[in-house]
Parts: sequence; C-alpha cells; structure tokens
Amino acid sequence: MDLYKVDDTSCSKKTDILMHSKMRVWGKLIMAVTVFFFVEKALMAQSATVIRFDELQKILQTKSDQIQVLNFWALWCAPCIKELPLLEKLNTENRFNAKITLINLDYADKVEKVNEFIARKNIKSEVLLLDEIDYNSWIDKVDRGWSGAIPATLVFNPKTGKRKFVEKELKEGEIEKLIASLN
Amino acid sequence: MKKVKILGLVGLLLVLLSAKSFKYEVGDAVADFKLKNVDGKMVALSDYKSGKGVIVIFDCNTCPYSKAYNDRIISLNKKYAAKGFPVITINANDPQISPGDSFEAMASQAKRKNYDFPYLIDESQNVAKSFGATNTPHVFVLQKSDDKFEVAYIGTIDNNSRDASAATKKYVEEAVDALLAGKSIGTTNTKAIGCTIKWRNS
Repeated sequence: MDLYKVDDTSCSKKTDILMHSKMRVWGKLIMAVTVFFFVEKALMAQSATVIRFDELQKILQTKSDQIQVLNFWALWCAPCIKELPLLEKLNTENRFNAKITLINLDYADKVEKVNEFIARKNIKSEVLLLDEIDYNSWIDKVDRGWSGAIPATLVFNPKTGKRKFVEKELKEGEIEKLIASLN
Repeated sequence: MKKVKILGLVGLLLVLLSAKSFKYEVGDAVADFKLKNVDGKMVALSDYKSGKGVIVIFDCNTCPYSKAYNDRIISLNKKYAAKGFPVITINANDPQISPGDSFEAMASQAKRKNYDFPYLIDESQNVAKSFGATNTPHVFVLQKSDDKFEVAYIGTIDNNSRDASAATKKYVEEAVDALLAGKSIGTTNTKAIGCTIKWRNS
C-alpha cells in the first residue's frame, strides 16, 4: 500500500501526477483481479440440491465403500456455521476417503440464501437441502436418539454398518475420532 | 457417628446422581416450581390449581423456530386458557451465551407481542433440566389430577413450523382437546424440533 503514498513535501507536481496515473493503473488492475476472483468463485461454486427424504434414505442405505459423514445444519444455526470449516477441511484433505454430505435444513424457499452462502464461503462438500417439513415423520430414521436439534452429525461405515451420531457442535479433531471409532 | 456421616454422603450422592438423569415422561407427576415472570412477580405451577391443566412451553426470543411458532403459542393461550388450559412459557437460555434472551429482552418481547400469559425466566436452568426440556419451543401439556399435575403430552406444537395453515397434525391442540373431552391422547410424544436450550457452561 506504500505505493499509493504521496509525500507532498518531497514530490514535485510532475511526480505527483505520475503517481496518480500509476495509482489509477494499479487500481484498475486490482479491480480486475478482484472481479475475476469473484466471477471465478461464483462459477466454481456449487449450489444446493433440494431433495426429499427418499433421497436421504438412499444415502443412509448406500453400499458405498466410503465412510459417510452426514452433517445436518442450517444458516440460522450459529454453532453449525462455526463447525462447517472442520467438515470442509475433512473433505479437502480426504485423509479418510470419507464422503462428506452437508444436509441443509433451512426452509426450501430459502434455497437462494443457502446458495449465496455456499458461494461466499466457497463450500466444496456436497450440499443437499432437505425439504421435509414434517420432521417427526423422518427424524427417527436418521437416528432414534436425535432430539431434533442441530448441529447433528451422523458418521457411518456402509460396509460394517457401524455408526456414530452426535447432536452437538463438533470440536477440532472430533470427526476424525468418530471415523476412527468405526473401524 | 462417622458411619452415619458416610451413609448420609452416599445417600446425597445417589440423590444427586438420580436427579441428574431424571426427566419427566408422560404420566409422571410434576414437582411444583416457582419462577420470576417478566413483570417481576413470582409465578408457581401451584397457582394454577383451580384449572384443568397447564400448557408449559420452554421457549425463547431468538430461536427461529420460536419466532415461527410465536403467534401459534399466543393463539394456544387465547383458545385454551378459558377452557382451563392456560399457557406458561419459560425461557431457560443462558443470556451470557444468548444475549437476546436476557430478562430485559424477554420483557420487551412479552410487551411487544402483548403476552397474556407468563413468560418466566429459569435462571438456574433447574426447571428445564427437571422437565428434560432440550429444545425451544418444547411443549409439556400437564393435566391436573387431584392435587397434582401430570404430564400428558411432550413434544412439538404441530407438524409444520414454516406454515401454520399447512400443518396437518396439531399435536398440542389434539392433546388438549382429548383431555377436555375425557378421551385418551392419540400422540403423546413427538420430537420438539427447534434450537437447543443454551445451557450454561459448567
């Protein structure tokens, strides 16, 4: 940022003008890079797929070799937003070959807001918006012990059938421990 | 003497342990509680002995589900207070964690929405714990039998938080209607979808 500094006491008017035109060029360049960055981000960003419970049921019954991590969250849930980076990190590092699915529980008419959030945070894990308002009709099928509060995370191994369900905010390293406990 | 002391301690420990894991189930008698209302006056469950029961709702200002259900909670009192089942709302959220649920914020919410029922603060969170309330809003329909209040329904208000008019199962209304008609309640337990009660960090 020192580039933009114009020292009136030591600069002649000429250098001052030169500095100003330099500033303009730099400003444009920075703006172009910023615009490119945002456009690219927007193009790269995925959006949430709105699903009904039968789609979630398919995931719960998958025969995949991958460990499945289902994280239930919503925009209005502060601890959910707080723990999302941990799930994103798990997704990008891919140390456990686990499949991370972020199940969003915002109302389906809020999908635009969810997509804005996904773009802004550049979320890479798959996001599904579960449009199933009658919670008591499906919640026990995810886990009988679930009270209905979020954040909630289900980790399971489709091959062994072992599963762990937690209904609280995840701390650093906790999902890794949950995954390890499935072996 | 020493033995008595040790026995006493063991007894106390057992009481504490059992108290910790205990929560009300349908059919249980509820212990009396006394909490401060937003008008500064104390309200006790035993103040309601002349009615047929009480609809106790653990609620708060800030949770989106509480906001979505707020008008429905107000309507429940309008509909059922005169029939003998008034509403009592209780906020147990720790204001340190959720400043929007402070006593002052509760008072202004009650004033703004013209609450004609108590909105009590459960500062110690002991009442919420003894009920086994976990979420907001979390409803406990209590029926008066003899001199006691018994739990008749635990759970959510209806099956559509987003749109009251689209709800096809109005659990609380069905439960209270059944009690008023002297019939058994169809669904006595549902899951109270909502936000977790903000427990104090211990």
